[in-house]
Amino acid sequence: MDEFLFLRQEVAPALMSGLWMSIRLILPSAVCGLALGVLVGVLRIYGNHFLKALVGTYVLFFRGFPLLVQLYLWYFGLPHVGIYLSPYMAAVIGFSLCSAAYHSEYVRGAILSIKKGQMMAAKSLGFSHTGAIFYIILPQAIRRALPGSGNELIYLIKYSSLAYMVTCIELTGEGKILASAYFKYMEIFMIVGAIYLLMVSLATWGLNRLEDFVAVPGFERIHD
Amino acid sequence: MIGNGWKEALEGLPYILQGTWVTLAVVFGALALGLVLGLVLAVGHVYGKPAVRRGIGLYVWFFRGIPLLVLLFLFYFGILGALKLELSPFVVAIIVLGLISSAYQSQIIRGAIKSLPEGQMKAARAIGMSDRQAIVFTILPQALRLAIPGWSNEYTVILKDSAVTYALGVAELMTRAHHVAARTYQHFWLYILVGIIFMVLTFCGTRAMAMIEKKVAIKGYSR
Repeated sequence: MDEFLFLRQEVAPALMSGLWMSIRLILPSAVCGLALGVLVGVLRIYGNHFLKALVGTYVLFFRGFPLLVQLYLWYFGLPHVGIYLSPYMAAVIGFSLCSAAYHSEYVRGAILSIKKGQMMAAKSLGFSHTGAIFYIILPQAIRRALPGSGNELIYLIKYSSLAYMVTCIELTGEGKILASAYFKYMEIFMIVGAIYLLMVSLATWGLNRLEDFVAVPGFERIHD
Repeated sequence: MIGNGWKEALEGLPYILQGTWVTLAVVFGALALGLVLGLVLAVGHVYGKPAVRRGIGLYVWFFRGIPLLVLLFLFYFGILGALKLELSPFVVAIIVLGLISSAYQSQIIRGAIKSLPEGQMKAARAIGMSDRQAIVFTILPQALRLAIPGWSNEYTVILKDSAVTYALGVAELMTRAHHVAARTYQHFWLYILVGIIFMVLTFCGTRAMAMIEKKVAIKGYSR
């Protein structure tokens, strides 16, 4: 009974507020990361030489640096050049920029997989270059990028735990504080792990639904 | 402050670089553990009984669904404490990263096995090999070659994830960069420096993997 009271009065409220913080980290980062990723992916294919080189360098560095190093750079490094970010902002910016680099690779690959004829056909129908990219190429490419980008969103859920390292106290952070205070590491981290498993499973399910939902009849790709 | 900061940061380089060996030891230890377990899991996942498959599916789901940081804390503080075991953070880092990697590697190898034509297994059985012999001598030598690009990718993932073992204080690159930063206050340059070291390690590793892939390729057997 004591265990139950402990769970209800101490563990549940703390972990719930931690979970809420995690969600506040994941959702904005997912949206910003995806939007920026699509933009970068388009620029890598259709940009001029200068833009291609610029976004290419961006992707190289943000995929090459470990996410933890990036977060430390934003949170501990930037104050040295006079920019101060709150732990929350540093985490959201770090997650967005990192996942955008990965999304851009999926989008780029997807755009390359669209047949050249699509662009030509669009132009012959009177679309401008930009119009063809946004109305013809991207709607097809994003559908193809969805499995990869979906995986990246799942990674984002898991990597959101690193926000704890830059003192943004989310689910993992609340768990660590609770576990240290009551010396119940095993139980608390089991619960925290289960919550992440639940989030990841829900997101996987939702993304599969989304993939089916946006599929264009006749354009299905064969699943294995 | 920016002006001469990088010089001070560079002075910490020799100390940080010693962490390269720790990082590489963690990464290769984890990859090796992940390979051994992953191989068993993959074969079980493809050829096992339904109950075995479900069990392996559960294992993969577990280790792919929980963040590395949570697993590190769970093992280092939780499970070791409950078992009254004393292991160094270095060993725990290898075990946890290895278990996670085994889940991912099992999927890489499983994909490779599945991509082989069914006829390979049938032909091996037809010339008198047992199931086990067919898997060990016919299926795996082909599947493992196909898995190399996937491994190359797994190496880069584990390499970058190994920075998280800093949370337990493993004396790898990130931890050492943090030590130097605490002394010199050159966080900005030091984290750029350590990031570049990680990039160099990524580049060398993927290059080496591409060379291995070429080296073990069987002539006339390109796909």
